[in-house]
Amino acid sequence: MRVIAAMSGGVDSSVAAARMVDAGHEVVGVHLALSRSGTAAGSRSRGCCTLDDARDARRVADLLGIPFYVWDLSERFREDVIDDFVDEYRRGRTPNPCLRCNERIKFSAVLDRALAMDFDAVATGHYARVVAGADGPELHRSADPDKDQSYVLSVLTRRELAHSLFPLGGDRKDDVRAEAERRGLAVARKPDSHDICFIPDGDTAAFVRARVGAEPGDVVDVTTGAVVAHHEGAQAFTIGQRRGLNLRTPTQDGSPRYVVGLDLITNTVRVGPADLLDIDVIEGERPIWSGAPFGAEPVRVQAQVRAHGAAIDATAWLVGDRLIVELDAPVRGLAPGQTVALYRGTRVVASATVDVTGTRS
Amino acid sequence: MYLDHAATTALLPAAREAWLAEAAQVGNASSLHASGRRARRVVEESRESVAADLGVRPSAVVFTSGGTEADNLAVKGLFWSRPDGADRVLASSIEHHAVLDPVAWLQQDQGAEVRWLPVDALGRVSSEALAHELAAPGRVALVTVMWANNEVGTVQPVAEIAAMCRSAGVPFHTDAVQALGHVAMDLGAVGADAVTLSSHKIGGPPGVGALILEPRLSPTPVLHGGGQEREVRSGTLDVPAIAGFAAAVTHAVRGQEQRARRLLDLRERLVSGIRSAVPEAVLNGDPGTGPDERLPGNVHVSFPGCEGDLLLMLLDAAGIDCSTGSACTAGIPEPSHVLLAMGAEEAQARSSLRFSLGESTTEADVDAVIAALPGAVSRARRAGSLASRTG
Repeated sequence: MRVIAAMSGGVDSSVAAARMVDAGHEVVGVHLALSRSGTAAGSRSRGCCTLDDARDARRVADLLGIPFYVWDLSERFREDVIDDFVDEYRRGRTPNPCLRCNERIKFSAVLDRALAMDFDAVATGHYARVVAGADGPELHRSADPDKDQSYVLSVLTRRELAHSLFPLGGDRKDDVRAEAERRGLAVARKPDSHDICFIPDGDTAAFVRARVGAEPGDVVDVTTGAVVAHHEGAQAFTIGQRRGLNLRTPTQDGSPRYVVGLDLITNTVRVGPADLLDIDVIEGERPIWSGAPFGAEPVRVQAQVRAHGAAIDATAWLVGDRLIVELDAPVRGLAPGQTVALYRGTRVVASATVDVTGTRS
Repeated sequence: MYLDHAATTALLPAAREAWLAEAAQVGNASSLHASGRRARRVVEESRESVAADLGVRPSAVVFTSGGTEADNLAVKGLFWSRPDGADRVLASSIEHHAVLDPVAWLQQDQGAEVRWLPVDALGRVSSEALAHELAAPGRVALVTVMWANNEVGTVQPVAEIAAMCRSAGVPFHTDAVQALGHVAMDLGAVGADAVTLSSHKIGGPPGVGALILEPRLSPTPVLHGGGQEREVRSGTLDVPAIAGFAAAVTHAVRGQEQRARRLLDLRERLVSGIRSAVPEAVLNGDPGTGPDERLPGNVHVSFPGCEGDLLLMLLDAAGIDCSTGSACTAGIPEPSHVLLAMGAEEAQARSSLRFSLGESTTEADVDAVIAALPGAVSRARRAGSLASRTG
């Protein structure tokens, strides 16, 4: 096969590319230049697009003896990921830009480009498995439950899965690091990336405030109706957030308060006790099917709402183009804009962007 | 197939021999003892050889670490040593970054008042615009216009510009890195005050070059130190590299016309082949075949609907080395400032490839490019239309 290895400069994608070469594929390494702001020399970012990372990726490609190019997708990334991220916050939602990047850039723009140039597939270092099923490729959880990344890949369509290769899906992270060491890859001991790559200082609230504007308003305790603090812009807050509220008046019993709602019309942040965060009904928009699309008939599934969260038994069905998910047990602090992924066993069958949450009672 | 000779070209046998012979010797050309004298003699003979080949006095030859350093020395040094009140710098808008960036820095950081000279659609500097600027009120520290453009190969009217600057009493610098060896170069007759040359572009070793500098000029040094090279450029001289460079200059100058004629034939074969293989391709720059029009080995073409970097990747996979011709930031292609200055749209600027032919280029190489292009163009076009989607 002719394979594009997406090489971030990290240990996982480096080992994935090496294995593709070992398997005898014709491999071309591609590093995606996504965020120009993140390319500043000397940046301490552990995101995925610094100059150091491009250099690391290039050196791995040298060692593997494969051609290597940088693809500048920063314009697409700005439109489809950063602008979308800011727009979602402006609407009072909490997006996950890494999923959006997988959906719109890594497995869409890159894959389309690769296929147009007569490549057969794109290989990445994600921890997930693509398994040939009776009716096409299936996306399954990785063998390493601690590293499983099937959740962030749940935005892939079946067409995209058919051209995606995850050579590390059967491995444990420690073994991959050891393999990188054994292969002499200089990236073997690089730390994992965690930050949002286009917010190198990690201050998401400041990033959002700088772009959506910041108008001071009240923080109101929903149990007492009292104004307990002031804020510098409601959009920078996230449902479930506890830190950074600067509450002046403690609760009577000293229990913590969380953001339980944002009212953008009155510019009010509502806070309350943790149990107000429990929800068990999710209305999702823009469903993406990695299995057969659902209909109006309820289907038993497991739902996962965070990258490393637990899977909760649930029932899901479609109403029009909206995916309804009823959880058997509540989850705490799910914000609109996040993604709900649906599994059957280890297999991902669908995902959707959370639009509305609620409780059955 | 190597069709990127404008980036660098193979080391000539004569240059390699000269380099190797000196690499085996010990001696600092500034030392007073016998070994130092021997090294110095090699440097001075190289200097005389370069001077004779180019029609200037030996004292005009200032060896540098290459073209970029020579450009920086000329641009910054002549500005820093300007007469009081001469704060204006006139520069063409299509300079190589080794000139462009120092000029921009002088403007941002050093109080220079920069006037960028426009070019026409073929990439040629307007001598009327220069005459206008030279006649404008205010004194000019320096005029810098390259001899031939590195991207589109357009040859500039340097003799005319030099004459205009001379009568205005303004120092004139020209970056001749791409021109040397490809066009006739009698520097004595042209009369530029400062001329940048690079060794590796003409088959000499990398890491050496020269600024041919009118002896009466004393630009402020960029590198201060031991006072070598008439106190204009300090640093221990790289004797083997200088010897190799001198051998390459001799080769570049002798037989230049015959080589240019051969390259021109190959170029016309490539241009007409591209036109029939990809009819919508557009040749950028001056299509003329005269030595004052376009560098004989330069073919710079836009392929509408393609992205140059994807085309480059596809041709690379087919064993063809070429270039997009413009600068990269960490491998990220920028739209060429040269094409933008020539009035091209950004999409056209991004859709370009440069093939630069050299001594090793054969008809078979040219034919292989022509054969590989249609497939690469159609694939790049498919990929490009997806990647440039908006909204």
